[in-house]
Amino acid sequence: MSYSRRALQKVRLPTQTGLARREFLQLGAAGLAGAGLLSACSPRPDRVQTSAHIVIAGAGAAGLTAASRLAQRLDGARITIIDPRVRHLYQPGFTLIAAGLQPARYAVSNTGSYLPRDVNWIEAGVAEFDPEANAVVTSTGQRVEYDYLFAAVGIDLDYDAIEGMDTSLIGQNGLGSVYHSPEAAAATWRELDRFAETGGDALFLRPATEMKCAGAPLKYTFIVDDILRRRGTRGRSELTYAAHNNVLFSVPIVSEKVRMLYQDREVDTLYSHVLKSIDPGARRAVFDTPGGEVERPYDFINVIPPMRAATALRNSPLAWTSGPYAFDGWAEVDRHTLRHARFPNVFVVGDAAGVPKGKTAASVKWQVPVAIDHLAAELAGTQSGSRYDGYTSCPLITRLGRAMLVEFDYQDNLTPSFPGVIAPLEELWISWVMKTIALKPTYVSMLRGEA
Amino acid sequence: MQELDPGVMLAVLLEMMGIWFWLLGLLAVIGLVSFGWLLVRERALVASRLVRAQAFALLAGAGALVLMAHVTKSGFTDAGGPVDWLLIVAIFAGGWIGGTILIYALMGWWPHIPGHERLAALFARPPPGSLKRSSRLPSGRAGS
Repeated sequence: MSYSRRALQKVRLPTQTGLARREFLQLGAAGLAGAGLLSACSPRPDRVQTSAHIVIAGAGAAGLTAASRLAQRLDGARITIIDPRVRHLYQPGFTLIAAGLQPARYAVSNTGSYLPRDVNWIEAGVAEFDPEANAVVTSTGQRVEYDYLFAAVGIDLDYDAIEGMDTSLIGQNGLGSVYHSPEAAAATWRELDRFAETGGDALFLRPATEMKCAGAPLKYTFIVDDILRRRGTRGRSELTYAAHNNVLFSVPIVSEKVRMLYQDREVDTLYSHVLKSIDPGARRAVFDTPGGEVERPYDFINVIPPMRAATALRNSPLAWTSGPYAFDGWAEVDRHTLRHARFPNVFVVGDAAGVPKGKTAASVKWQVPVAIDHLAAELAGTQSGSRYDGYTSCPLITRLGRAMLVEFDYQDNLTPSFPGVIAPLEELWISWVMKTIALKPTYVSMLRGEA
Repeated sequence: MQELDPGVMLAVLLEMMGIWFWLLGLLAVIGLVSFGWLLVRERALVASRLVRAQAFALLAGAGALVLMAHVTKSGFTDAGGPVDWLLIVAIFAGGWIGGTILIYALMGWWPHIPGHERLAALFARPPPGSLKRSSRLPSGRAGS
C-alpha cells in the first residue's frame, strides 16, 4: 500500500501513536487487507504525569474517544465525563437502517462499555458552562470544577424550527427523518418500503445550518432512487432534491459530480430552497426561496431539521460571538488545534466545534488526538506541533452496492487516502464494502482509543 | 509503516470479526502447520493430491465470495472499477489458496488420523435403515 509524499508530509502528529491523518478510512481497508498483523506495534508515546482534573462534557463519539485517549496518555489525572445518555448511538449507521439493510439495534450500544475503568461518569446533562470559574453545572445542579475541559456536547436537532413538524409522526403518511434516532430511521425505512411499492413524489432536502455528515441527505436520495428502480416503480416517480443554497455539496468538485449523477439518475434539483413548514396530514412542504414561499406536495419526504450547538454551549461564553458560527452557538476554537480562542484550558472537539468542516466521526478521529496532544504537551511543559487540517470523509453511497469515498479538508482539497487505487469520485464496490463492514469496527475501536 | 499501525489494524479486525477472528486464525495456523509438517515428512509436494486439493478449493474460493456478498449485503455484480475486480480476485484467491492448503493437508494426514476408516465408511455407505428400505422397495413395488 503506497501513499503520496504530499500525504505523508501533511501528517504531523509527532508524539502520537504512529497513527496517520486519514487513518479512519485507511483502517477499514487495512482491516480488509489483513496484512502485517503480527508484526511489532508502534510504541505509544510516554505517559504524562499529572494530577489535573479533566472534565469531559458529553459522552458521544468525541467525548468517549477523548476519555479513552486521555486515560491512556495521562498518568495520575482525574478524569470525569458528564452525560445522561446510557445509550450510545452509532450515527453513521442510521443511513443503512433507513435503507432497510440493518435493524435499529445495529446503531445502539452502551455508553458504559466504552469508558475506561478509572473515568468517573456523572450521569447528568450539562446545564451550564462557566469557563471564567473553570466549572460546569450539571442538570442535577452539581457544580463540577476542572483544570481542563473537553467540551464535546454535540448537536441539537431543532425539529421545532420547522412549523408543523411532529417527530411522533415519523414513519407515517410518507414522513421520514433519518437523523432523529435509530428507531426513526427504521420507521423511515418502513415508510420507504411502502412508498416504493407504488412510487410517487419524493422530496429530499437539507437544512441551511451547519449539519453533521452533509453527504447523508444526498446519499439517501441515491438510495431511494435505487430502491425504486429495483421495485420497478421509478418510472412513475419524481425525485426532487432541494439544496439550501446554490450547490449540492460544499466541496465544489464533489458538488459537480453529484450534480452529474443526479442528472444521470433523473433526480430533479432545486436550489436555495429551505424547508419552512410541513403539513404531515396533507403531505405538503413549504420552502423559503429567494422568490418567496413555495409549496410542494410529496408522497415521501426525508426531513432533516436545522442543527445547532447544544443549548448549554450555545448559551455560554464558549460560543462564537460574531461571524458565521455565532448564530447557532458553535464553540470558538482554533481550527487547527481545537483549543478555545479565549479560554486556553478548554478544548472543543466533535460536532460542537465551530470550524468550517468536519461534523463527522472521521473528523473526531483526527481532531481528538490533536487536541489531546496539545493538552499533554502543556502538562509536560513542552510544545505540540500537532495540527488538524480539517480532514473529514464521507462514503457517499450512490446506489446499494456502490459508494464514492469522498475525503477533503478545510480548503476543499480532495485528500484521497489511496491515491491511484481508490479514486475519490468513482462509484466503487470497495467503498461500499468499507462502509458496510469496516467503518463500524473502526469507529468502535476509535471510541476505545485503539484506532 | 507509520500510516498502518499493526496494533491498530489488529484492534479493528478483532472488532470486525469478533470470535471468528480467533476461530479462523486457529484454522489458518492448524492448516499451515499441518501443511508444513506434511511437506517435511514427505519431502515433496504430491502432484495428484495438490491438483485434487486445488480443484476442491475452487468451492472455498466461491464460498469466500458468497460470504463477502452476504456480510456486505451486495455482490460482485456491483463492481464499478478495476480496484473492485482486484478485490474480488483477492477474495477468491484467499479462499482458494487457503482451501487448497487445508484440503491438501487433510488429504495427506487422512490415513494417519485414528479411526479414519470408520469415518470414511460413514461417508461411503448409506445408513443401515435406508439400506433396508431401499432393499425392500423394489420387491414391494414389484408385488403391488
